[in-house]
Amino acid sequence: MTSALVNAGGLVVIGLIVWWFWLSTPRRVQQASRSPVDVVVADGVYTPAVIEARAGDTVTLRFLRTDPGPCAEKVIFSDLGVSADLAVGSPRDVVITPVAPGDYEFTCQMGMYRGRLIVR
Amino acid sequence: MSTAKSIRLSISGMSCAGCVASVEHALQSVAGVATASVNFAEHTATVSGAVGPDQLIHAVSAAGYGAAELRDAADESQKEAAEMAYYRALLRKALVAAAIGAPLFLLDLFGVMPHMEGKGRWFWLITGAATLFVLIYSGRHFFTGAWKAWRAHNANMDTLIALGTGTAWLYSMVIVLFPETVPSLARHAYFEAAAVIIALINFGSALEMRARGKTSEAIKRLIGLQPKTARVVRDGVEADIAIEEVGLDETVRVRPGEKIPVDGVIIEGHSNVDEAMLTGEPLPVEKTAGDDVVGGTINKSGSFLFKATRVGKDTALARIIELVRQAQNAKPAIGRLADRISAVFVPTVLIIAVITFLVWFNLGPEPRASYMLVATMTVLIIACPCALGLATPISVMVGVGKAAEFGILIRNGEALQQSGRLTIVVLDKTGTVTAGHPAVTRVVAAPGWNEQELLRIAASVEAGSEHPLAEAVVDAARQRGLNPATATAFQAIAGHGVRATVDGKSVLFGNEKLMRDNHIALGDLPPQAAAMAGQAETPMYLAADGGIAGIVAVADPVRPDSAAAIARLHALGIKVVMVTGDNEATARAVAQQAGIDEVFAEVLPEDKAAKIALLQARGAVVGMVGDGINDAPALARADVGFAIGTGTDVAIESADVTLMRGSLHGVADAIAISNATVRNIKQNLFGAFVYNILGIPIAAGVLFPLTGLLLNPIIAGAAMAASSVTVVSNANRLRFFKPAQERA
Repeated sequence: MTSALVNAGGLVVIGLIVWWFWLSTPRRVQQASRSPVDVVVADGVYTPAVIEARAGDTVTLRFLRTDPGPCAEKVIFSDLGVSADLAVGSPRDVVITPVAPGDYEFTCQMGMYRGRLIVR
Repeated sequence: MSTAKSIRLSISGMSCAGCVASVEHALQSVAGVATASVNFAEHTATVSGAVGPDQLIHAVSAAGYGAAELRDAADESQKEAAEMAYYRALLRKALVAAAIGAPLFLLDLFGVMPHMEGKGRWFWLITGAATLFVLIYSGRHFFTGAWKAWRAHNANMDTLIALGTGTAWLYSMVIVLFPETVPSLARHAYFEAAAVIIALINFGSALEMRARGKTSEAIKRLIGLQPKTARVVRDGVEADIAIEEVGLDETVRVRPGEKIPVDGVIIEGHSNVDEAMLTGEPLPVEKTAGDDVVGGTINKSGSFLFKATRVGKDTALARIIELVRQAQNAKPAIGRLADRISAVFVPTVLIIAVITFLVWFNLGPEPRASYMLVATMTVLIIACPCALGLATPISVMVGVGKAAEFGILIRNGEALQQSGRLTIVVLDKTGTVTAGHPAVTRVVAAPGWNEQELLRIAASVEAGSEHPLAEAVVDAARQRGLNPATATAFQAIAGHGVRATVDGKSVLFGNEKLMRDNHIALGDLPPQAAAMAGQAETPMYLAADGGIAGIVAVADPVRPDSAAAIARLHALGIKVVMVTGDNEATARAVAQQAGIDEVFAEVLPEDKAAKIALLQARGAVVGMVGDGINDAPALARADVGFAIGTGTDVAIESADVTLMRGSLHGVADAIAISNATVRNIKQNLFGAFVYNILGIPIAAGVLFPLTGLLLNPIIAGAAMAASSVTVVSNANRLRFFKPAQERA
């Protein structure tokens, strides 16, 4: 009985990992508007990590890095060929000119910080 | 949400303490300013609050003073101070964790840990509390990072470390507090592992940070080229002002030994300027009135005045810094697989950890609970997403920075990777293989014409042309004291020559094809023209009112180092092809002098791209080297476009790779640096993949059936800490890269 419970529990945990990290998206989705969207870079995450924008809009993301760890020092939009160096405590605007609808990931240099710009 | 921050401004126009008060008052009256203080000695102001620099500059201007944001330098020094503070904090955390973890580790190693029963229980309770202190003081950032990442549906290195060490502590506390819940054989606490792992990973992060600081040396050196002040002449008075305040068209004084502050044109004086830091050109370049000067280069001898033509973010140096910064963040295709893997890496490791747990639960021997914990914790700790994620970008950063030191601006990751695959390099002739400064070598007049008149009419026609050979003809006429007439009805015939009306005569000036197309009888001139072409001279025919007038021959000498550079390309296994609008014989003569393998002559500018396409259709990976402006379509068509230019006066945005120096050695250097960088990336990727592919199964215990041993989680922690340091250190080796052969 214990054995079955432990095994079932393990499978449930695996299912939860798959669902949480790959199949679900964060509830907090920031809508981009005309004013810059503040994105705080700290403790391994962008806050907010998911930003939605309308196709045709120019979006300004204002990154504020408070994490002095080297992982946080760059933000890279690989698919858009856009990147910026982030100094601690100094806001840096990244302007995304209108792009085709789609999901554009932005990450730190080694891909541990991850965020998404969803253009609809 | 607005953001509280500190802004530094340079202030001009202050002459007394009263001015200080006025500026401070103006700044403090801006909404959102928390504090504003003016330093009269430095002529700077520091403002904190939720406010932007534009509002502050506006307020200072309205008060009758000048202001500009001191940004880059402030960012850089701020960055360094923050990095140093973080480095020290990491070391402090590592030391505190080691101070508690290391004695525990040694006691465990020598088997002198007290029993958990009786008085020994107190020892374990205190040890548990001390380890909890380590987790909170030295490891808090892992736990907060893991928690925040979890909430954002993300998982990172913090997740693995927090889970690994947190589980070890919890399990150990359960054993200490409720030993009866665990079989007696499995009653082994792992406090020392949690503490030592935290110490090792903090220490590894500190070392990695140190090593990473060196990876951005090249960009720091470029930023360091920017002088902080400029001596401007305003209303006849010379004054030192902050470089950010230099305006367009302002007159700037540069004295011997000083750095030139911004880009401009010399209006008075004469000097030699050392441009090595930007172009790699070792010898100082002579400059006089009318010559361009570039900000960041060093005035060696004379004093001169120049007019600022590009300031602030528009200077060549500022554009180069931005371009290198952007390129350092580019990723070649080779790194994409690692990107895709690192995107799913941590959740995958979590799943492997759960599977490890279950396998040991179902199949493991006693003490099963200990094995389950150790194997699961070791899997979590040994996995290193950082090494994988860093493998490519850190090498690109160092490689692109290194290239910039040689005056080579690599603009994207693809160029870096493709440069190493080139099988053919196509060179434009004029200004690429040759010096690009043609001179008239011979004037041959047809019967009924004299040389002076022939040259005068040729110069009259060419005065309106932008062709590089035209300048040579106009210069030759001037040197002979001839006064060119004004040409009318000027018409350039691309790839052939020009047509114009001079002194009422209808004049054609260009190649043999232009003459034949217009049915001009050339008499006995073609054999002479052929002889000139055989000596790498370009013969240009002149016809007036339908009759041949003669030949003006122009030669553009092959650059002294072209042959050596082309030999280097051959040594890299690359075939070298030249493409030119020049005639076949001249082109062949130049090709022979330079050691070029194949020639496409008499190619119209718009057909150069088609020639590249032809070579590509034959299966070649083609690099095109040209001037970046006229050759733009061919550069774009090539797999890698190299824009070559002397000095910085080239369109640096027009090609994949920009060579600041005119020499073809830059192409060989660029290819060599690209090869070294891609090799470095491959080493890093190989190391990171092999580390994780071998490390994770070993940590899970695949060798246990053979050896009866499980990997110690502390060793896993050390390996994990070392892996990313190794990747960064390997990338740092690129800093010592030198092209295989020194330049001629």
